[in-house]
Amino acid sequence: MGNDLVIQASGLTKFYGELLAVDHINFEVKRGEIFGLLGPNGAGKTTTIRMLTGLSKPTEGKASVLGFDVGSEIVKIKRHIGVVPEISNLYDELSAFDNLMFMAQLYGVPRSQRRKRAEELLKIFGLYERKDSPFRALSRGMKRALTIAAGMIHNPKILFLDEPTVGLDVVAARSLRNLIANLRQQGMTIFLTTHYLKEADLLCDRVAIMVKGRIIKTGSPVSLKAEVEKESVIELSFDRDISELLEDLSNRFPGVKVVAVEPNKVRIYGGIPANIYDNVFRFAKNKGIEIQSVNSIKPTLEDAFIKITGLSPTIMAIEKGGRHNVAR
Amino acid sequence: MWRDNLRGIYYIALKDMRTYYLKPPSVSWGIIFPVAWILAFYLRNPRGFEELVPGLIAMTILFSTTAAEAVVINFELRLGSLERLLLAPISLPSVLLGKVLGGAIFGLLMVTVVTISSALTLGLHPNIPCLILIVIPSLFVFSSLGALLCVLVKEVFEAQTLLNLPRFIMIFLCGVIYPVSAMPKVLQYFAYVMPLTYTVDGLRRAFSATSSTMVFADTLVLMGFFVLFILPAIKLLYKKFE
Repeated sequence: MGNDLVIQASGLTKFYGELLAVDHINFEVKRGEIFGLLGPNGAGKTTTIRMLTGLSKPTEGKASVLGFDVGSEIVKIKRHIGVVPEISNLYDELSAFDNLMFMAQLYGVPRSQRRKRAEELLKIFGLYERKDSPFRALSRGMKRALTIAAGMIHNPKILFLDEPTVGLDVVAARSLRNLIANLRQQGMTIFLTTHYLKEADLLCDRVAIMVKGRIIKTGSPVSLKAEVEKESVIELSFDRDISELLEDLSNRFPGVKVVAVEPNKVRIYGGIPANIYDNVFRFAKNKGIEIQSVNSIKPTLEDAFIKITGLSPTIMAIEKGGRHNVAR
Repeated sequence: MWRDNLRGIYYIALKDMRTYYLKPPSVSWGIIFPVAWILAFYLRNPRGFEELVPGLIAMTILFSTTAAEAVVINFELRLGSLERLLLAPISLPSVLLGKVLGGAIFGLLMVTVVTISSALTLGLHPNIPCLILIVIPSLFVFSSLGALLCVLVKEVFEAQTLLNLPRFIMIFLCGVIYPVSAMPKVLQYFAYVMPLTYTVDGLRRAFSATSSTMVFADTLVLMGFFVLFILPAIKLLYKKFE
């Protein structure tokens, strides 16, 4: 194993009864990078983190973290990793400072350093003024920040972040992303899961796209976007919902991907632009619908995701529990 | 490794004391309930109250250890904070033992208050070493019983409901109020498979300064019950995280 690879997974699989949650996935994470597991809710991202951090036993396959096997050496792994679960799960009754002190005690931070480390983290995360406030009294963003601080109390080599900005408002999410980017600059390896394409694009050095328990593509956001950049991407808006006509429209462009991004908006990936324009105008005329706008767009990670997975971005916007996320 | 585990057990117990046990509901359930129960019997028959003291202490042990123990694990499972403990570099049995120790320490505080006040009020002179030999293992037995019943079910209220059954059966059958020997033979058989019988028996011996050999026997049986409760509790908790 190369020293630069801090996480390796090979054929990692998890069944919950009959349900296949993670399906023989393989990936590697390099030291010092931000690696993102990107996929819609239910893709198996959290299950993957749980297997890597010892909260769930793999049904099949192998994985190692910092050279230690997740099956037999999990306690050794836990000494060097920090985990921030999707739910901010510190203790409501304890203050921000006491929560950090408890984590320091639990992780065996030397007594002489506990207070200093807790105060240092409270300052880094902008919570020092609220150090005596009970956890329950903090805002959602503050709770998230404190949960990340708790995951870092023992100076871990790798930080696992499960959907770090879920449930945060735009400002809190942006501030948290800046913090995560700063951690990478300090040399920490970060493994995060997200279903926010923009977040993966902004933060990650490499992403693995995960759908229905399988990793279907791994690469840097730049390389994934480059795959789409070779082709034209045309976005069309219509005057009404064309969901029922989508199949008809797709059939007019063999070998080209047509994806609905909104009920009245489609993106067409690939093909010769002149032919596409010609065909689309004829289609609109035949169906009696009006084209409101036609744009040739610069591909984003979202376009790469759509091209690779064939999934609509609206699926990525669905939060756990079926809520739709507003633009972040 | 073992040092990590011991440290974990200690700090989890300490944290549980702060967050759950030293709160009005736990204190009232742990002390007020047994005192009210015994008081009812005292008012019915004020003579021979000394006879009821071992039963009062046994009930305090039972209620104070199980009061919050049957709640904290499921409560933390629901909030996700138990996972936080399991992410620390300590073993799962240590996390559970930390929880059990929290219940036992709280029980010890309650029992100390009840024992000292009873002894001072009634002028009793129990055999302290024998008392310790019975009280300490009993605290761990009932705390681990609370933990076992807690991990057997999913919801907090289910654990409380489930726990009430052995609690009340034990109050009536284990010699807390009526001596086991005065009960019908069939009920005596039931009594001898319940741990509170050995707690009450040991406490009676500690207060009457009779055979200390039998106290050792009670201690051994109680230690057996502790193993009987804690091992399946650990196994069930492992199952929740498979």
